[in-house]
Amino acid sequence: MSEMSQALPSAKPAGAGWFEFAVRHRASLASLLLLIFPLVMPFTALAVNILVYGLYALGFNLVFGYLGLLSFGHAALFGTGAYLCGIAITNFGLPWYVAIVAGIVSGAAMAAAIGSLAIRTRGIYFAMVTMALAECVYYLFYQAVDWTGGENGLRGINVREINLFGLKLDFVHPLTRYYVVAAFVILALFVLSRILASPFGAVIEAVRENDARARASGYNVALTRLLAFILSGAFCGLAGALLALHLSIVPIEILDIDTSGRAVMMALLGGMGTFFGPFVGAAVFLALENVVSLWTVHWQLVVGAIFVLCVLLFPAGIWGTILKRIRPHDAG
Amino acid sequence: MTPADGPSDIILRTEELSKSFGGFIALSGISAEFRRGAITSIIGPNGAGKSTYFNLLSGSLRPSGGKIEFEGRDVTGVAQHKFAHMGIAKSFQITNVFPLLSARENIRVALQAFVSRYDVWRSRAKLPGLVEKADALLALVGLWGHRNRAAKELAHGEQRALEIGMALAADPRLLLLDEPTAGMSPEETRVMMDLIVGLAKQRTIVLVEHKMKLVMGISDRVLVLHHGELLAQGTPTEVRQNDQVKRVYLGQREH
Repeated sequence: MSEMSQALPSAKPAGAGWFEFAVRHRASLASLLLLIFPLVMPFTALAVNILVYGLYALGFNLVFGYLGLLSFGHAALFGTGAYLCGIAITNFGLPWYVAIVAGIVSGAAMAAAIGSLAIRTRGIYFAMVTMALAECVYYLFYQAVDWTGGENGLRGINVREINLFGLKLDFVHPLTRYYVVAAFVILALFVLSRILASPFGAVIEAVRENDARARASGYNVALTRLLAFILSGAFCGLAGALLALHLSIVPIEILDIDTSGRAVMMALLGGMGTFFGPFVGAAVFLALENVVSLWTVHWQLVVGAIFVLCVLLFPAGIWGTILKRIRPHDAG
Repeated sequence: MTPADGPSDIILRTEELSKSFGGFIALSGISAEFRRGAITSIIGPNGAGKSTYFNLLSGSLRPSGGKIEFEGRDVTGVAQHKFAHMGIAKSFQITNVFPLLSARENIRVALQAFVSRYDVWRSRAKLPGLVEKADALLALVGLWGHRNRAAKELAHGEQRALEIGMALAADPRLLLLDEPTAGMSPEETRVMMDLIVGLAKQRTIVLVEHKMKLVMGISDRVLVLHHGELLAQGTPTEVRQNDQVKRVYLGQREH
């Protein structure tokens, strides 16, 4: 797992100037990429999907790649954010920005609930407990038909215009919509990068590396894990809220175990030990899904095969492998 | 080097401390005192209960019965992560570092536990003095030249030294070392013993050791465990002359 240290700020190489510069300004560089992305991408709707799922995968990776816990229940955090954002608009008629805050807060709250139950287990047990709890959340939202629309999904999340301090943006226009969503994703990238470079970011890595040693060093491992899980829930809740605004509907499938599995696939595909890898994984996954489903309904077969090949050939992920190749040799 | 007797000179005390796993009694009724400023070694043959006793002292196991007192305060059952904050640090029997982090980051993280644990917003690079302190500790344990290498790339002896550096980050009044020379070459062992003797000038050290000869020369006091019971305690000379100790322990090894 040596590749895990690739883009972690704590494993900074000595005397590799431009690479270190890129690591330090990773959020800015990633933002730049997102700003030019729709200009080279033929389908803007797909580009928005990539933004949203990319953010979801980044939030998931905080727990998976940085904290070292495999969660199979992140659909619950993503879905709760989407539903609560939608409910805020459809049932309470609240403005879009309040709905986004509702998505973030509810994602974090759901993470606190799931995390406080799951965090004492490790490895396969953690994956199983999070998966089981996410299934409970699925049925909770499925049954609450009056609030969520049940199996029909939550409809009628119509945000046509974003009013930003008097500046009116047409949210129906695809490219405008992309940049509105991108603004939130970019903000999230900066916050995430800052968290990872903070003292708490160092504690997360220490807990991943060796929880017994972290405990002996004076860190409350259980509380650290729970807080990281809650932060992850906030990012995934934001991603869910943005998806609700983008789709104008929250399908019940968002809470499906398949959505949890996607986060794992995207993070692995892109590179779980890297800052931006999960985003790259999301882009590749969704682009493949779109392209392959044009000529066969069995697209999952093809994407699955490509996923297996990628994991076998590039265990560090696509982005992780690229970083490894371009990293200067004197970086050690 | 042993300070004069008196109640405040006892830094650590166990009273009727016992531990059983299921039906197996690993340790029964150990009452012992550890003097401040001394090196106390816990010795005994395999399966004597040394590691169980050590893990009780360092808080990683909870006792089934009895009491542990540190500086006059009952610390029985206190959560393990609080031990470092009370002034008790330990090194593990099996090397226990943060493998992918650099040697410097290993110690910097250990130091950070006393400065900032839940701050998600400031830059960790801006916490004042941590890197300098980490470098000083690296120099103390002889690893300054390796500060940028990942911990897993260090030699076995160097990883153990790194772990001691991490334990020292707590600036502990009591340092617990579990077989610090396990698996070391004779040269590495000599370096480690010198390091321990140096550290003992400023703090109390409790040492668990399998190799008895190794600790007799440097210890102020020795505790001998056998089958989970305290067989003898005293100065190295007293212990060496104890008939029971000779029979169960020295007899097997030194003849």
